[in-house]
Amino acid sequence: MSDKELSHQFETLDQQADAATLGIWAFLATEVLFFGGLFMLYTVYRFKFPAAFVECSKLMDLRLGAINTAVLLTSSLTMAFAVHSAREGQKNSTVGWILVTMLLGSVFLGIKGLEYYHKFAEHLVPGPYFQLDSPNRREAQIFFSLYFGMTGLHALHMIIGLVVLAVIAMMTSAGKFSKTYSNPVHIAGLYWHFVDIIWIFLFPLLYLIGNR
Amino acid sequence: MKELNYITNGYSVKSWLLTKDHKRIALMYLLAITFFFFIGGMAALIMRLELLTPQADVVQAETYNKLFTLHGVTMVFFFLIPGIPAVLGNFLLPLMLGARDLAFPRLNLTSFYIYVLGASFTLAAAVLGGVDTGWTFYTPYSSTYSNTHVITMAVGILITGFSSILTGLNFIVTTHKMRAPGLTWFRLPLFVWAMYATSLIILLGTPVISVTLALVALERGFHMGIFDPALGGDPLLFQHLFWFYSHPAVYIMVLPAMGVISEIIPCFSRKRIFGYPFIAFSSMAIAVLGFFVWGHHMFISGQSIYAGLVFSLLSFLVAIPSAVKVFNWTATMYKGRIYLRTPMLYALGFIGLFTIGGLTGIMLAALGLDVHVHDTYFIVAHFHYIMVGGTIMAYLGGIHFWWPKISGRLYPEFWGKLSAMIVFIGFNLTFFPQFILGYLGMPRRYHVYPPEFQVLNVLSSAGASILGMGYLLPLIYLIWSLRYGEKAGDNPWNATGLEWKTPSPPPTFNFEETPVVTEEAYAYASRPELGHV
Amino acid sequence: MWNFPLFPDQASTFAGSVDALFAFTLMISAFFALLIALLIIIFAVKYHHQSNADRRGATDSHLLLELTWTAIPLGIVMVLFVWGAQLFYRMKVIPPNAMEIFVVGKQWMWKIQHPEGQREINTLHVPVGQPILLTMISEDVIHDFAVPAFRIKEDVLPGRYTKQWFEATKIGEYHLFCNQYCGTLHAQMIGKIIVMTPTDYAAWLAGPQPVSAGGTAAVVAKAIVSAGGTAPATPNPTLVAAGSKLFNSEFNCISCHKSDGTGQGPSLQGIFGHKVKLEGGMTVIADEGYIHESILQPAAKIVKGYKPVMPTYQGQLEEEEIMQLITYIESLKRSK
Repeated sequence: MSDKELSHQFETLDQQADAATLGIWAFLATEVLFFGGLFMLYTVYRFKFPAAFVECSKLMDLRLGAINTAVLLTSSLTMAFAVHSAREGQKNSTVGWILVTMLLGSVFLGIKGLEYYHKFAEHLVPGPYFQLDSPNRREAQIFFSLYFGMTGLHALHMIIGLVVLAVIAMMTSAGKFSKTYSNPVHIAGLYWHFVDIIWIFLFPLLYLIGNR
Repeated sequence: MKELNYITNGYSVKSWLLTKDHKRIALMYLLAITFFFFIGGMAALIMRLELLTPQADVVQAETYNKLFTLHGVTMVFFFLIPGIPAVLGNFLLPLMLGARDLAFPRLNLTSFYIYVLGASFTLAAAVLGGVDTGWTFYTPYSSTYSNTHVITMAVGILITGFSSILTGLNFIVTTHKMRAPGLTWFRLPLFVWAMYATSLIILLGTPVISVTLALVALERGFHMGIFDPALGGDPLLFQHLFWFYSHPAVYIMVLPAMGVISEIIPCFSRKRIFGYPFIAFSSMAIAVLGFFVWGHHMFISGQSIYAGLVFSLLSFLVAIPSAVKVFNWTATMYKGRIYLRTPMLYALGFIGLFTIGGLTGIMLAALGLDVHVHDTYFIVAHFHYIMVGGTIMAYLGGIHFWWPKISGRLYPEFWGKLSAMIVFIGFNLTFFPQFILGYLGMPRRYHVYPPEFQVLNVLSSAGASILGMGYLLPLIYLIWSLRYGEKAGDNPWNATGLEWKTPSPPPTFNFEETPVVTEEAYAYASRPELGHV
Repeated sequence: MWNFPLFPDQASTFAGSVDALFAFTLMISAFFALLIALLIIIFAVKYHHQSNADRRGATDSHLLLELTWTAIPLGIVMVLFVWGAQLFYRMKVIPPNAMEIFVVGKQWMWKIQHPEGQREINTLHVPVGQPILLTMISEDVIHDFAVPAFRIKEDVLPGRYTKQWFEATKIGEYHLFCNQYCGTLHAQMIGKIIVMTPTDYAAWLAGPQPVSAGGTAAVVAKAIVSAGGTAPATPNPTLVAAGSKLFNSEFNCISCHKSDGTGQGPSLQGIFGHKVKLEGGMTVIADEGYIHESILQPAAKIVKGYKPVMPTYQGQLEEEEIMQLITYIESLKRSK
């Protein structure tokens, strides 16, 4: 049993698990830098155009944003349960919690899609059709560029996360994991938590500035 | 029955294209980067041909601008950055660590295909008509004004960035988790230290260039305004984001080269390297400090004086660890037993040329002096001394040094030495006149120039043709050696290092049994049985 | 053909200093490069494997040596840092008596306006021995105004002014290059700096040709005269006069920015170079950048006590016209 799980380049399962864990942390470090470039741009432009940013933040749908935050936080909780079940070797429980997590992730994406649709209808998508009746119109376009860029990149990561979770769910269902070997679930969990944390930063920066 | 090695273990195309063997992946990278080296090289040759005369007679402005962009993009992103890590790093890291493969072999193959995908986009951009922004893609020219295939090329480069990131990640985890028993950090070959430091830079820097180029592509597509002053944006932000990666990137390009030199010099001096811990730590210092100097590319860009002061100071500091390495390499030769084989010739050439390149870097770090030479041929000469006189010489030295291990054959020593000397001479003739041209004031990216600059340009172009021949020769004789070269034994150089304890070429899983390490690196003194080269 | 230069002219007060720093750094570099090269060659020969030199006592570590060859280069580069920084500071601090000339870069030409009204394309006439301040802006992409003989260059940005100054020391003609890649004809965005005696410069300023772009206007003028007509002799108005015309009649800025402060916009009398209090508490200096921004993005900074009602003039005013307006506003004295 352990032979199947141990890749040829490793000596022990522990070494394999350690390597995978270090690998995902290193990968998450690159993700921090990836989003970091956008956060840096946000910071610079927020200091340059404080009034415009406040005005645009007020145009964000706080209700939907807050619901999404709750949804995503809950999904991190269910993911943590999934990882725990996997560690205990409980196949059905694991698959169940992963599916709930995926459901919540999909809800998040659905709500995000709805928000994007609203912004499209309100002519707040940057480009030639951008319209805003305000002296801050020009700077507002930068805000919305950052909004779509940052949440879009985040959504892309979530979609990839859903694919990863689907694969992990299938592997669990096929009996690939056990009490001694469940590291891939743990790694998927770390990725999911990271995507959640990015949203925890995005939400206040985009939705909550200016006395909300 | 003949033992299977990694080359003979499966002949089908599928067994190569779907391989998980780090050595086969290294060879596929070797083919890919050699291809791009020649593309970039041909662009350079046409440019130097045009620069023979002050007027535009070989190509017109539009074409010239596309040529220098192609040259920069292919050489930086598709040859130098992957270069030593993807070829020598991939091949050697598991061997040097006593491991059977990297930590994540399938990720390694994925890295390769991501590189191919990114390369395809970039080549497509070139074939569709090219890009004329320069490899630096400054906004708002690239984001608003250029009429060329910027998005395609930007997408190609940002995709290739992920190939680099995943390779770096693989190397870091492998170095941490897969060292053979007894192989402590301070017993590691310095090439491993160099690859580790490089991987740290790759991990932390490359995501920024990817996101930055993505923004340029989005800006072009959606007119968002992030870099367009007419829409409230700041074009200088692009420069900060771009150089935040692209400065550390030059250390991605040079640290592996330094690692190669640190392997060659002890072997051909039959002596442990001088100052091992200092060389190891200097690699780490360069990696860290390298992240804090990006503003020295922007001294006259409209940056504040105070930023200039900080970046100038740090740029001077980052030079010191490199100086320490040069002194340590030289000291290694003292009281050694020197063998001037081809790899050693390349290594010694590296030390000389890198030193010159690095010293001119010091000139650039001085604020008042940089103003005059910024964006002139002085800068072009500076970075070519490091990248070509440095990295490419080290790369060639490494290819020759490990050729027996990789191919099982010896290259012809006479042709090796001859090519090394042709490269050295051709290189200096090409790039030394450019220092003079730059101080005279000839700007970069000019295909026409005042007539008084012609003689120096002619010298440079003459050198370029010699340099080109110097590069063609190894291509020919290395391929020749695959069939007709003398068969190499396990350790033709009698070198220390775990990679020499396995057959040439190695079997697919590298070692019959995981080796156990009991001695320091470069233990020539305590192993007189290793004898001579 | 062999009469080619290896070193640029020294034609400004900076040139000698820059060259001195270069010479010093070059000597240090040559010293270390030769030292390393010689050591390598000597070691390669003396310790060649076929020689029987004395190799006893070969070592691979020496802490004192490591510290020494770290400390000495460190000391040297610190000297270079201070020297370079001081020189840079000299280049950045603008002398108060500098004569301001305005430069607009655009793909692919340089448009220059002297305060007395003379305009030129791709050429800059200056008097020798007088500090000149170039205030520069781009109409499109990033350019760079570089004069190797003066050892100066500075990027020219869209949307924002950048400045550099120099004092020419030698009569003559010197290269002007665009030194930041800006598109197709980047290599042809070049010109001449013509340094003249103060008398010649005054004469040139007063001369009849409004535009001196390689003499086309002169050719035209000559043609007209030889055909029996009168050469155009109207000199360009000074920048202040041109700015006044824009402010007081063409764009009617005066209608809101009344000089007694009773208009919808604040009075601009004497504000140039002084602090301005903004809505929201911030204070800024009313410099060129502030005025440029206020004309193109009026909502960005609102003066305390006023409303954001000023319309933007983006697309209506050229960069040169904005420079004229700035010169005019600069000339407005605070009324008692």
